[in-house]
This record gives sequence, C-alpha cells and structure tokens, in this order.
Amino acid sequence: MRRAAFNALISHWRKHPVQLVSLLLGLALATALWSGVQAINAEARASYDRAAGILGQDELQRLEPRAGTIPLADYIKIRRAGWLASPVMDGAINLNEAQARLIGIDPLTTPPQSSPVDLSGDGDLQAFVMDGLLFAHPETAAQIPDTLPLVRATDTLTPGIIITDLSTASELLGTDNFARLILAPEQPINLPPLSEVAPNLLLVAPEEGNDIARLTDSFHLNLTAFGLLSFGVGLFIVHAAIGLAFEQRRPLFRTLRALGLRKSTLLGLLASELFALALIAGTLGVALGYLVAAALLPDVAATLRGLYGAQVSGALTLDPAWWLSGLAIALLGTAVAGAQSLWRTAQLPILAPAQPRAWAIASLKSLKRQAVAGVGLIAVAALLAAHGSGLTIGFVLLGCLLVGAALTLPLFLHFSLNLASRFSRTALSDWTLADTRQQVPGLSLALMALLLAMAANIGVGTMVSSFRVTFTGWLDQRLAAQLYVTARDQAEAEALAQQLDGAVDAILPIRYIEAQIEGAPGQVYGIIDDITYRENWPLLAAAPDVWDRLAAGDGALINEQLSLRESLTPGDTVRLGPVQFTVLGVYSDYGNPRGEAILSLDQLRAQGAQIEGLNFALRLPETRVGEVTELLTNAGLPARNIRDQAAIKAFSLDVFERTFTVTGALNVLTLGVATLALLTSLLTLSTMRLPQLAPVWAMGLTREKLARLELLRAVILAALTALVALPVGLALAWVLLAIVNVEAFGWRLPMALFPGDWIGLFVAALIAAALSAAWPAHRLATRPAADLIKVFAHER
Amino acid sequence: MLQVENLTKTYPSEDGVQTVLGGVSLSLDAGESLALTGESGSGKSTLLTLVAGLDHPDGGTIRFQNHDLTHLDDAARADLRRGQIGVIFQQFNLIPSLDVAANIAFHARLSGQADADWCETLAERLGLAGHLTRYPEQLSGGQQQRVAIARTLAARPKLVLADEPTGNLDEDSSDIVLDLLIEGVRETGAALLMVTHSLRQAEKLDRRLHLSHGRISP
Repeated sequence: MRRAAFNALISHWRKHPVQLVSLLLGLALATALWSGVQAINAEARASYDRAAGILGQDELQRLEPRAGTIPLADYIKIRRAGWLASPVMDGAINLNEAQARLIGIDPLTTPPQSSPVDLSGDGDLQAFVMDGLLFAHPETAAQIPDTLPLVRATDTLTPGIIITDLSTASELLGTDNFARLILAPEQPINLPPLSEVAPNLLLVAPEEGNDIARLTDSFHLNLTAFGLLSFGVGLFIVHAAIGLAFEQRRPLFRTLRALGLRKSTLLGLLASELFALALIAGTLGVALGYLVAAALLPDVAATLRGLYGAQVSGALTLDPAWWLSGLAIALLGTAVAGAQSLWRTAQLPILAPAQPRAWAIASLKSLKRQAVAGVGLIAVAALLAAHGSGLTIGFVLLGCLLVGAALTLPLFLHFSLNLASRFSRTALSDWTLADTRQQVPGLSLALMALLLAMAANIGVGTMVSSFRVTFTGWLDQRLAAQLYVTARDQAEAEALAQQLDGAVDAILPIRYIEAQIEGAPGQVYGIIDDITYRENWPLLAAAPDVWDRLAAGDGALINEQLSLRESLTPGDTVRLGPVQFTVLGVYSDYGNPRGEAILSLDQLRAQGAQIEGLNFALRLPETRVGEVTELLTNAGLPARNIRDQAAIKAFSLDVFERTFTVTGALNVLTLGVATLALLTSLLTLSTMRLPQLAPVWAMGLTREKLARLELLRAVILAALTALVALPVGLALAWVLLAIVNVEAFGWRLPMALFPGDWIGLFVAALIAAALSAAWPAHRLATRPAADLIKVFAHER
Repeated sequence: MLQVENLTKTYPSEDGVQTVLGGVSLSLDAGESLALTGESGSGKSTLLTLVAGLDHPDGGTIRFQNHDLTHLDDAARADLRRGQIGVIFQQFNLIPSLDVAANIAFHARLSGQADADWCETLAERLGLAGHLTRYPEQLSGGQQQRVAIARTLAARPKLVLADEPTGNLDEDSSDIVLDLLIEGVRETGAALLMVTHSLRQAEKLDRRLHLSHGRISP
C-alpha cells in the first residue's frame, strides 16, 4: 500500500518536470550560495587561527613594547633576572610581486607549544640556524626570490608569513631589535616583577592575540547576511514549488485517504518525498557551493588583505563537517518551505473538494492581512533605527525592513494596477491590467524575491558608490604629496634629504611607531608643521587652532575608528602608550582597521622610542616629478623605493574595487536567483492560465499578441516592484552606512545618491522580467490551437 | 453567408490516424439558424471550431462572407473572429478578472463596435442588470451563460456559433437561456449554428443536421 501510494505521489513530478526542476534548482541555488559563503568564512577563520597560533600567541603570554621595538639590552636584562623569554623579530620584506611578514625566532628558547615549524627532522635545526632555512606556505614560498636562502614550503603556515632564525631575520629586516618576547608557561619561582625589570614593556595576555579574527568578525557577518539573503530568496522558489505541488495533488490525497491510507502514513510519505528531494538538491547545492566559494575566495582573500591586512589562502580546503552542514541547511530549508503545505495537508478533511483550490488566487483579505504584518515589521524597523544600536540590532533592522517591504508588495501591486485601470480606455488594456492584477497572488513570492534582490542591489550599490566617492575624495586630499620615497637605511635617508633640500618644495618625513593606543595595538605618527597638512588633511572634527596646537605639542589627532571605538571627541584625552594627550581633532582614515594617532614629530621623538626615518613624502610641482625621480634614481635609489602619487592612488583604488568584488558578485547571483524564481513561477502559471487566455484568443486575439501581452505583464509587474525596491534599497543603504558599517568598519560615510545606477538597475530588472517571461510567452505563441480548444471542451 | 464543403479533419491517435470529419458540407444563410446534432464524438464540436477559425481543416473549404477561411492565416482568422463571428461555449469561458459589465462589453470593444446602450439593453433583457458589478465566480451557471450570450450579441456578429450553450444548465434554465439566445440572434439578424445533444432544443431552430461518425447523415 505504502509503495503504491508513494509511486502515485511521485508520479506527479514525472508529469510536471518544470516544477521538479524549479524546486531542485531553487533549493540547490539557495544551498549553494549559503554553503559557499560558509566555506569562505570557514577558510578565512582557519587562516586566522593558524596566524594566531603562530608562536603560541593564542596560548602564551608575551611582552610587547609600549612603543617602538625591544632593544637587545632589555632582553638581556629580562633573561638575567631569570625570566624564561624567547625573542621574536617581526617585519615586512619585499618578495617578487608582494610583501610578506618575516618572523624570526630563536629555536633554542622558543617554548615547544609555540614552535610554528617542525625542526625535528635530521639536520633541520642545523639548516635553520646555520644555513638560514626559511619556512613558508606554498603560495608564499613560490614568491620568494632565488636570492634568499633555502626555502621549505609547509601547509601549517598562513600565506604571507615566513619563519626563519633570528640571525637570518636580523639580516633581512636590517634590525637587531625585537618585536616581542614570548614567555614560557612555566617560570622559576621568586622572580622580580616584570614591571621593575622591564617597565617599558607591556604584558599581553594570550586571549588578546587574535586581533584579526575579532576585526574581521563584522566582515564575515556581512558575508553571512548576504548568504542568508540569497538563501531566503532561493527558499521563495522552493516554497512556491512545494505549495503548488501539494495543491495540485489534493484530489490525489483525497483519493488515497478514501482508499484507506492513514493520514499519518500520507504525511510520512510526503515528508519522505521532501526529504529525498532535499537530499538530491542539497548534494547538488553543496557541490555548487564549493564552486562558488572557489571562484570567490581569491577576491575575498584580496578584500581581507586590503581591509584588514589578514592573510587568507586563496585555495579552498574543506572538512566533512562543511559538507554535512550544507546538507543540513538544505534539509532545514525544505522543512521550512514545506511546513505550511504539510500542515495544510494534515488539516485536510477527507471529503474536501477534489477540485484543486485556486492556488494562484488569494483573497484581497489575505493580501491585506499580509500587508498589515509587513507594515508592523517596517514600524519595528523604524523604531530600531531611531533607538537601537549595535551590529546585531542593525541586522535585525535590515531583516524587518526587507521582510516587511516584501509582505506589503502584493497589496501595493494590487492597488497600483487598480489605479491604472481607472485610466484605461481600451478593452485590451482593461483586460491586461485586470488579468495582471489577478496574477499578483500567484507571482507574489517570485516578485518578493525580485524586490529583495533589487533592494539589496540598490542598498549595497549605494553604499559601495558612496564609499567610492568619499574614498576617492579622501585619497585626493590625503595623498597630497607628489612622490613617496623609502630609503634603504638611515645613512641613505640622510643623504637623500640633503640632496633634495632646495630641489623640492617640501620634504615631509613619514615617522611612526607601533604603540598601545587606549590598550589596543595601533600606530602613532609624527608630522612636521607644514602647510600641506593644514590644507589637505581631512578632519571630521577639530578643536580651535588645531594645527597650531598640534605643532606646539598640545595634543594629538586621532582617526575616526579610534574616535568611534573609544567615544573620543576633541577636548577628551587619549592614552598613547603610557602618556595621555588631549584630542585636538578627528580625521577620516578609510581602510584602516586599527586605531591611529598623530603627534607633532618632536612630541613623537619625546616618547623616547627609537624611530626609523626612512620614509619621506615630497611636495613639488607636477611638472618636476620626472626630473626629481631621475635625480633619486641617479643617487642609487631603486625604482621600487620611489612611488608617485598616481601609482599609490591606482593601487588604493584597485584594493578598493577588489574589496567590493565579492559583494558585487553576490548581488548579481541574488538577482539571478530572483530572475529564476520569476521564470519558474511564470512557467508554472503559464499552464494554469490557459482558461483565462483561451476565451480572449477565441474572441480574435492571436497567440502572438497574447504572448506579447504576457511579456508586457511581466515587465509591468517588474517595473512596479522596482518602484517599491527603490525606497527600500535606499533605506537599506542608510542602515548599512549609518549603523552596520560604523559597527563593522569603524567609520561612517556620507550617503550619496546615484540615479544613473537606479536607472541601470531598473532597466536590468525589466530585462530580467522580460527574459523570465520570454520562454512561457514563446510557449504560448507556439502552442497548438488544439490545446486552447481543449479549454472549451473540458472542465477546468 | 456560410458555405462548408467537403470538410475533413483527422487527429493522430495511438491506433493511427483518427478521422473526425470525413467530408462534411453545409450552408447557412444570414438570419438563419441551424442545429447540429449527433452523438458524442461525432465531430460536432470539431466542425464548430473549424468554422470559427480556431483550428485548421485537413481538407475542404469554409467560405464565410466571401472569405475562404482555409486560405487565411492565423492573424486574418483572428480578425474575422474579432469582427464578425461570436462563439458561445458550454463552459461559459468568461474572463474571471473582469466584472459582468466589462465581460459583456469586452468583445464589442475589442472589435471597435462598443455600444453602451446596446450593452445595457442586453443586460436588461437577459436579467443581468442587477449583477453588472459582480464577478463571474459570484454568479450561478445560468447567469454566467447569459453573460456569455450577452457578450457575443453585444459585438453584433454576423455569425453566432454556440457549442452546447446550455449543456451545463438544468432543463428550466436551459430553456430560458436558449430562448434568450434565439431571440437575441434574430434581433441582430445574425446566423446561428448551434451544436446540441437535445432534439427538443434543436427543434427550436430553423433547420437541423445530424452528424454521425464525421459525416452528415440524412
């Protein structure tokens, strides 16, 4: 009985292959986008964990300088006092086409649990200490020039990191100072306190180590939100397909029940059917998700490098848990999408009418109920916007806004078409509008998906474009100098400064130290008093006479990130290392995840830290850039140490564009899924619409004309949906710029409007709708007359 | 006005080609009414759809108002249906998204012959005046068929084709609806070709032809 009943149930899919394909494709795409994003997040987090695990930063305490680096003398003092500490050098070196972080360790004093590389092989230790063996991730190892010593590739390291012995690191980095000291977990007893032995050093607890993971949390939350949005849009297709399949099988359910099948058995069979479909689609979706992740990961890695300096491998390595979680989300999605249909079936009386209830026709009353719920959600969103704060509230607000707008869409379409019909003057336009209105309930899920995709597109597009405009303007201001020069050592720096004196309008030294700012790692810059800063530096808030007071050493400028994170405004005090300064101004600093401050150069020097003076910015007329570049090259400075303004701007803009490649790609994919939702709905409805179209055909409208009207109908609905999507998208952009980004990145951007982009998207939506309707319309245009005649001969 | 000569129509079936019409000929003058009777599957409805230009015959000719339908393309046949032929179906086939008033006027407006007074008169005469703002789903079967008749007559076609127009109605309603149809057709001067199972109903028309196995039988 069960087998026969199951066969009868699944025979539906043989008869309705389009429904089957739309269900499987919808679920597969939803799963693919979700699991693809999860794969990217998992890969990135694994990279952060590997990075954080280097030298046991996630397990061991360490000593860091309050500012600058740790001199050898300080290390010796700590060792002599009996503390078991291992020195670490840390700096950047240039590879063939990129930079890498070079970490130098002392393998003899490094605590075993913090050793980042395995030196247990024969001769490994000797090669490491004596021959300068370098360890690096295969991607990084491939970029190390042949001029460097022995290189060994290992998967245990994060890309962008090279591990070597202290002596090799000292040679390559050109310094004898240490970045930090790792403390062994077991220390001798009765040691003098570190505050006495090394008052300039700061004891950092292990849990503070994984800054990158903390910094990038918000970025990954953004990605997850996008994945969730795509998953939701995909579920619209699944919900529609399952709902229709259940509705069309109501007569069969009744027959099976009348033949003695228990309700529980029927529900069990239907649930099994959904489970099987979810497994098939889930497997397909997870495989697609792998491809999506593999395609997007290089750009995500570039984004994370550009925004946070986080090194993430561009290659995907996934564990079985990810595959299982992908299948689980497919099953969960199917359960959510099918729950309502199963519930309805459970409530179905055995003698319910055999005629399928008009699936596509919902009463105006239910549309109104739905719209009231939508308005309620929008009101909640407004309340949260007015009184809420924080990233989670931001995403809840986005959810309320998007779902609320989607729920109100069908009623808006209904009334808009009603209004339009008042101005209609011909029978054909009367019918077209009335028929379109009648189609709204059947297409509402697909149109809601389109609304969400378009609103996300407008919202994210506005955010990115606002960012681009602000960022470009900011770059123009901040990169005021025409040339940026890096000397190879202090002697060369001094020689160059002498040579350039008089040859350029101004030499602006670029000096900074690594320091604890309000207890978190950051950079403190020192600048000279120059008109360049007064004219160009982008200040968001400033105390009176800010530049005069900065030059006089009265205080510090801080970046926007630090200002927002610590709620600091001009007049407050900020702690830079051990010293407190008055905040004189706040400047915008896009793309920098960390806190940053600016002092006068004299003030910076007064902090007692050792500052390297290798970098300069040069002000000179544009026409003399070539001449000065030649002068520097002739002085022996390699070309790669001289960068002009245009090159730096181009590099920064490239980083910017790559940063938003992923969001752009997800935007397009979401719009694609929505188009597919519309296509599958239109295809499904097209077979159900013959009874509405056949009488009009019989009264003298050709199938071609009816097909054109079908296209027009889809375009009208997409256009009306786009009208709703615009304000929703702008509200979304506002939430992203004013709430989510402030929390996620630490800076707030002015919102700019881009009507040209809206028109582009509007046209894209119309094209998407026309493409979605093209196949059903073509089927109608070429449908045999006999199919239409059948409508008159048989009961519907 | 209408001459059908030696009309043939076949359909492919599992047993090979099935002949539905095997050389049917008939003619109809303006203002005349003709009943087409026959058992189920005799080809009555197929003949009607061919005359309406909804389908294309395999052989023979259909001449209507000096047009040879068999040589017209789909668009030209659609033009003819829109302007000069009215079709009434057993299933009413009203347009569910339009109210009764809009349904009645629809065909006439499509053909550019909208006459609000005439539509009002028809609605009045067919007992629909009180239902003009209602939608098809809110009407009984008899009421829906009266709307379908009003819709056809409102366009003042030269030829009305009716396929079992009362097949879905009870006997009392059938008589009322049929009388209204015949009366309306006579008033507009149109010709009427009606398919029916009922001999009693067929007798109300001017002539009757019986179709059996795709051929006119004596």
